[in-house]
Order: sequence, then C-alpha cells, then structure tokens
Amino acid sequence: MEASKVIHAIYTDDDVLMSAVKKVKAEKHHIEEIYTPFPVHGLDKAMGLAPTRIAIASFLYGCVGLTVAIVMMNFIMIEDWPQDIGGKPSFSYLENMPAFVPIMFELTVFFAAHLMVITFYLRSRMWPFKKAENPDPRTTDDHFLMEIALHNNESELTSLLQETGAVEINIVDKDEEAH
Amino acid sequence: MEYKISSKLRIVAIVMIVLGLLGVVAGFNSAYSVTEDNISEVLAAEHHDGHGHGDAHAADAHGHHGHDDAHADHHGEDAAHGKLTHHEEHALHQIHNRPYSALYVGAFFFFMIALGVLAFYAIQYAAQAGWSPVLFRVMEGITSYVLPGGLIVLAIAFVADSHIFIWLKEGVTVEGHENYDKLVAGKSGWLNKTGFFVRGIIFLAGWSLYRFFSRKFSIAQDSADDNRNFKKNFRISAAFLVFYIYTESMMSWDWIMSVDPHWFSTLFGWYVFASMFVSGITVIAMITIYLKSKGLLEFVNDSHIHDLAKFMFGISVFWTYLWFSQFMLIWYSNIPEEVTYFVTRIEHYKLPFFGMLAMNFIFPLLLLMNSDYKRINWFVVMAGIVILCGHYLDVFNWIMPATVIERWYIGLPEIGSILLFGGLFLLVVFTALSKAPLLAKGNPFMKESEHFHY
Repeated sequence: MEASKVIHAIYTDDDVLMSAVKKVKAEKHHIEEIYTPFPVHGLDKAMGLAPTRIAIASFLYGCVGLTVAIVMMNFIMIEDWPQDIGGKPSFSYLENMPAFVPIMFELTVFFAAHLMVITFYLRSRMWPFKKAENPDPRTTDDHFLMEIALHNNESELTSLLQETGAVEINIVDKDEEAH
Repeated sequence: MEYKISSKLRIVAIVMIVLGLLGVVAGFNSAYSVTEDNISEVLAAEHHDGHGHGDAHAADAHGHHGHDDAHADHHGEDAAHGKLTHHEEHALHQIHNRPYSALYVGAFFFFMIALGVLAFYAIQYAAQAGWSPVLFRVMEGITSYVLPGGLIVLAIAFVADSHIFIWLKEGVTVEGHENYDKLVAGKSGWLNKTGFFVRGIIFLAGWSLYRFFSRKFSIAQDSADDNRNFKKNFRISAAFLVFYIYTESMMSWDWIMSVDPHWFSTLFGWYVFASMFVSGITVIAMITIYLKSKGLLEFVNDSHIHDLAKFMFGISVFWTYLWFSQFMLIWYSNIPEEVTYFVTRIEHYKLPFFGMLAMNFIFPLLLLMNSDYKRINWFVVMAGIVILCGHYLDVFNWIMPATVIERWYIGLPEIGSILLFGGLFLLVVFTALSKAPLLAKGNPFMKESEHFHY
C-alpha cells in the first residue's frame, strides 16, 4: 500500500514554490506533479521535465495549413471557376499568387493555432466531461500544490517540505480516494 | 570593462575607407568618360554585346533593336548637328546618375542603421525595459553615427541634385519649359530645394539633440546616487519617439520616395522604418557578439542574444508585412500611375527585387524560427549578414529604379560606397564605444538586466 501514498505540500507563493522545487530536486526526490493556478515561468526546467515538442507540432500544423490553402485556392480560383479580376485572368496560380497570400497566411495561422491548442489539451489529458484530476480546489485560486510519492520516508519528507516554506502538508492515500 | 578600439580594427576601417574612395572615384571617372561625344559608340558597343548573349535574351534584344532602328534614321542627321537622340540622352543621364545614386544608397544604408538603433534605444527607455540596459552602451556607440551619417546623406543629396532628385531639374515647375512637369509643379509647395534641406536640418537636429542629451544623462547616471538622470532620460525618450515617428515618416518621403515624384504610398514611412529598425537591431546583435568574442561584455548572457534574435525575426516578418501590404494593393488594383512603380522593378530589377524578399523574409523566417538557434552566436551572425545584405538591396531598390533604371549593376561604385561608408561607420562607432565604460552601471534596471534569464 505504501507506493500509492503521496504527500501534498501546499504553497501560497510561486517564488517560494520555485525554490522549494529546486531544494526537493537537489535532495533527489521525484516530484509527481505540481498544480498551479497559473503558468509558472521556468517550473518545467526546475522540475527536470523534458522540453516540450509543441513547437515542432505547431510548425508541422502550419505547413499543413499552408498546403490546404494552396490546394484549396488553386481549385477554387484557377481550376474550377477562373475569372478575370482587375485585368488579371486567373489561369496560373503563380501569377495570381499575391492575391492568395492573405488566405495562405490566415490558414497557416488557423491550423497552427487550433491544432496546437487541441494537441495541448489532449496531451494534458483534458477533454470535455473529464473529471478534474486536481486534488485540491484551492489550486484553481491562489494555492500551489506539489505532489511527491512516498516510499517509507514520511517524516524525512515532511520536515524537508516544512523547511521549504509549505503552509500545509497532507498525506493522502490515492487508492482510498479513488473509491 | 573599458574598451579601446584595437589598432587592427582601426586599420581595417581605414583600409575600407581608402579602398571605398578609390572605388567611388573610379566609378565617377568611368561614368564621366562617357560624354555626349562618345555616347553613340558606347551604346553601339553595348548593343553589340547584347547580341552575343545567347538566345535567352533574343526576344528582348529584338525589341530594343527595333527601338534603336527607329532612332538610327535620325542618327546620321543628329550627329551632323551635334545633337543627341532621346535614347542617347536618357542613356547618358542614367550612366551619369549611377555613381551618385550608388554613393547615396551606401550612405543612407549606414545612416539608417544608426537611426534605427536610436529609435530602439529610445523605446527601451520609454518602456523602462528591464532586459536591455546591459546593451545600452553598445546602442549609444552605434547611434553616434546618426549625426555624421545624416550630414553625409544630406551633402550627397545637395551635390547630386537632379542626378538623384528629378524634381530638382531646371524648369520643372516653370510652365512652358521643356522640363515642365505638371504633377511635380503641383507638389512644389513641399518638394522644393529650400524646403528639402531646411526639413533635413530640422530632422537631423532633433535626432542629434536627443542622442546628445540621452548619452549625457546616461553617462551622468553612472556616478549618480539617485535616479534623476534616468528619469530625465525617460521623459526625453518619450518625447523623442513622438518627434521621431513624424520626422522619420517625412524624411522617408523627402529622401527616398521623392526620387519617384509622381508616385506615392501612404505607408512608405512605416515601411522604411521597419527596414531601419531590423537593420539596426541586427547590428546591435553583431557588435555585441563581436565585443563578447573579445572577452568584453561578460554581463551579457545568451538570453540577451536570444531576445535580440527574436527582434530580428519578428521585425523581419513585420517588414515583410508592410512590404506586402504596399505591393499587393497596388499590384491588384493595377492603376497605371501607381503600378508603374512595381512594373519598373519587376521588369528591370527582378533579381534584387525578389532576391531581397528571400533574404529579408524567407531566410530569417527559417533560420531564426527555432528557439535554440537564436542563442547560437555564429548562427545569429550568419542570419544577420543575410538580413543586412537584404536591406542594402532594399535601399538599392528604392533609389536605383528611379535614377539609373535598367543601367544598374552592383559594381565598383556600389561596392566602393559600401566599403567607404562601412569603414566610416566602424571607425565612428568603435571610437564612440571606447569613450565610456561598456556597462551603464548607474541604470536602476541594471541588476534586473544582468540577471535576465529566459
């Protein structure tokens, strides 16, 4: 049963949290998760998380959007229904390209932004009607919660966390909670 | 902490100036070796050359051929009377305009870098930016070129006269004169020689005064025990930015847009601003990296370089946005008096015109997109070189199509001017850098800036 027990340390300030994270990492404890009411800059690096790959995903989504725009405008304006707009008969995509640049730009941004947000939600295991994983509702307001797994080191961890400025320390049995 | 301009750098700068001067002089010599007497032979030789260039130009050459033939009939007659054909007269003007224009383009390019940095510097003060104070002395060094650079541009404009500014031709506003131009005459309330130089002096005086006082307060703040100098700097920076955005815009109409006096674009001022801003920021990054490589500026970390590279990336995209906004509307509406501007450029300047777009947009977009690459010094320098060359071409495309039309080439006069003003720029900037400690240590944001971490 020990493995499913976790310790919850609650902080009320992001700077205190940051230094606490550094201290806990220095003591070689593994931090399971941190819940914060807002993004804390540099927290991912301090926790030792692998760098995010969302930028790469975003670039690829942008490329998809650009391609969609080119194919779509080529079909609509050149192949399907060519018109003569402003003395520029549209028989060649390349020669009419400047007119399509705003659409190419917008769809690149649209695809990159929307797909990136959706990817981010899914990767964070958030979708509609999902029950919140958040252990303490105060982390949506003004408290920061650090979750560390316990391995028979309750008292050692408790004193360490108290030193780091935690305002509240709770030991929680995850299995019991689930029932 | 102190920096002294190394004798090696000084020699390099002086050698650049001397070589540049030689190139400029050679350019003027070869341009003026073509005169009314030998223009026909020069054109004939050129024409002959044109035919030797293979089939790719066949259609083009043919077109010219017909044109020349039409004049050829007059030719014998005209030569006898010692008079030039229209074609020869235009060609002669273009050949003579080229060294002036090359000089002007080179001078404006380096002046624009310094002025762009001055605006960037004022924004840092007005916004009370916390990340950038470690770079203030580098910026102050670069802005020392605003006054000399601006005076040089004005002096060239004064000497070149109608070689660059066609509206300065004799009789342009005189009805009945052979040079009379109704459109220019209508604009003569603004476009006249006195107005041009009075405005130029006012612009330069305003910019230089701001630069003088902000530098003075910045140095005084080093040894002050309160923030009075910093507050003064904050106030004059905010005031300067208001003055700058009006005067920069008017300067761009006067010094650049007026070379095509019939044509105008309402966002030209912004477009020129974007160009000078991105070139200026690029030069800040390059000089910072150079000084770091000399073991100086140890308080500048890679987060500062990262931020500068982000600006290089962002302002490159901003430049493209303005360039395209100007181009697309005029291209699409296709109104003859507007679109002629781009017709000239696409017909005769295809390579520099579209090459510039690749260098100023595609290169920085792809090279500097990755976050990690923005911290790699040599990568930032390589991207910076491409950006600077691209914006030189940008200035080239502003001036040359109006003055030399199809007779452009990047040869001795152009490269000579780049070397001449590049050398002068290096000499002035690095001498100014030697005059004060490289850390503006009294700035109240200095601690934040030194600890800046992204």
